[in-house]
Amino acid sequence: MSETAMAGGPRRLQIWRGDLTGGELVDYELETEPGMVVLDAVLEIQRSQAPDLAVRWNCKAAKCGSCSAEVNGRPRLMCKTRLDHLPADQPITVEPMRAFPPIRDLVTDVSWNYRVNKQITPFTARENLKPGVEINEKGEFLIDQADTDRMSEFRKCIECFMCQDVCHILRDHRMHNRYYGPRFMMRMASLDMHPLDGVDRLDQIADEGGIGLCNITKCCTEVCPEGIHITDNAIIPMKERIVDQRHDPLLKLLGRTPNKGRRKPPPRTETPEL
Amino acid sequence: MTTVATPPRRFGATMRRDRWWVQPVLVVTSLTLFGVYTIIHAIVSKYYAITAGGAHLQSPMFSPDLPGIIQFHTSLPWAFLVLWAPLGLRSTCYYYRKSYYRSFFLAPPSCAVAGVARRKYTGETKFPLVLNNMHRVFFYFAVIVIGFLWYDAIRGLFYHGSFGIGVGNAIMFINVFCLSAFTFGCNSWRHLIGGKLNCFSCTPTAQTRHSAWKKVSILNGHHMQWAWISMFTVWGTDVYIWLVSSGAFSDPHHVF
Repeated sequence: MSETAMAGGPRRLQIWRGDLTGGELVDYELETEPGMVVLDAVLEIQRSQAPDLAVRWNCKAAKCGSCSAEVNGRPRLMCKTRLDHLPADQPITVEPMRAFPPIRDLVTDVSWNYRVNKQITPFTARENLKPGVEINEKGEFLIDQADTDRMSEFRKCIECFMCQDVCHILRDHRMHNRYYGPRFMMRMASLDMHPLDGVDRLDQIADEGGIGLCNITKCCTEVCPEGIHITDNAIIPMKERIVDQRHDPLLKLLGRTPNKGRRKPPPRTETPEL
Repeated sequence: MTTVATPPRRFGATMRRDRWWVQPVLVVTSLTLFGVYTIIHAIVSKYYAITAGGAHLQSPMFSPDLPGIIQFHTSLPWAFLVLWAPLGLRSTCYYYRKSYYRSFFLAPPSCAVAGVARRKYTGETKFPLVLNNMHRVFFYFAVIVIGFLWYDAIRGLFYHGSFGIGVGNAIMFINVFCLSAFTFGCNSWRHLIGGKLNCFSCTPTAQTRHSAWKKVSILNGHHMQWAWISMFTVWGTDVYIWLVSSGAFSDPHHVF
């Protein structure tokens, strides 16, 4: 990394400009300050050179998940990517997420994710909760710290959808109508692991959710800005639960079925199209 | 440069600037060499045990020692009768799956790099890749093999019934230790030991399993490292035993 980059200085950005019908990378030169992030540079270009440049952002603190884009070909939060961490001798490319249709410039239509989310039955308490142990007299749920620790990792998700963007099933194979994607595998895992939840979601995870399409290449884990171990702690455990239910000859012989006593979720519609 | 922000794209298309192809090349090279070496030695079926001077150091690729234990004798390469379990464990292991899907299947070769175009992608839902769901079955058998490997390592400490120790013994113990760390850090074991429970606190048994799950999770966090280390220790142990038993050099050891 050169001293020039550490100290700011002139940089060249190539920003994708266009919409659903197509677009191109447009060159912009700007003078940068030390410590600037990609979002700072993009906003400076918008202020001084291209007022019609569309970019979605909000918190600038890597907590809202709005400014997801592809910087030098990798999904990143623009507000968390420092210019001095990128090669100084090459232009910086900034493109919209490829897994979703571009609306304009760096803004993509991620509404498919919200439609998928609606397919998932929210937390629904079991009917036979033990009074004083699992529910108190005020109707509040009681849960042990040991049981919340595992699920709290998944609650760090800021829904930047970069895991969805990098997943080759959605990105390259465009199978949005067959696979929910890592973000929603993780949501379903957190519900399935919940000790007080009363819904058996395994069929949905395997069938409509399409977990069998995941070939665990771990790209979702690599790009997660919150460092969530999506593959190891959500997808693989769910794959193992599907094995319990459908593939383990020993468990079949012993008559052990997972999620015994949980009720089936209400019927779902087909996985939404993109 | 005009681009369309939506795929499909040709194989290898990416805006990444780093050397993303290095890892797939290394994986293909290592796994191919290991696979070819293993098949060749299994077919050769010679020089798999050091027996000079009352020693009995058995190659991990030829364990359990069927000819020695159950007097199973054949002119065919019998090692395949025992190799299927550990090789099956590795080929269905979640870490190795990631490696070979990326490196051999190019699906995708690296993150945010376009993979090979396929008419219809089916992931692990159709034969033969759906068989990867049998990972835990291979795990059950691999645990038996690990038991034999510990037996081999301990048996190797006795030369004509007297306790001794040498370089070969050290290699055997390092190998079985690494193999155990790989096997018991497996995602299937992590699931079976406690991951499958929804409530870790409900019963004393569940609390014990939660404690075991946390320990296995630590090991599982380094599963990739153990996968590679143990592959190379198996390879190295076999090469050492092959060289010593073929007379290339002798195994330095001391009998007490």
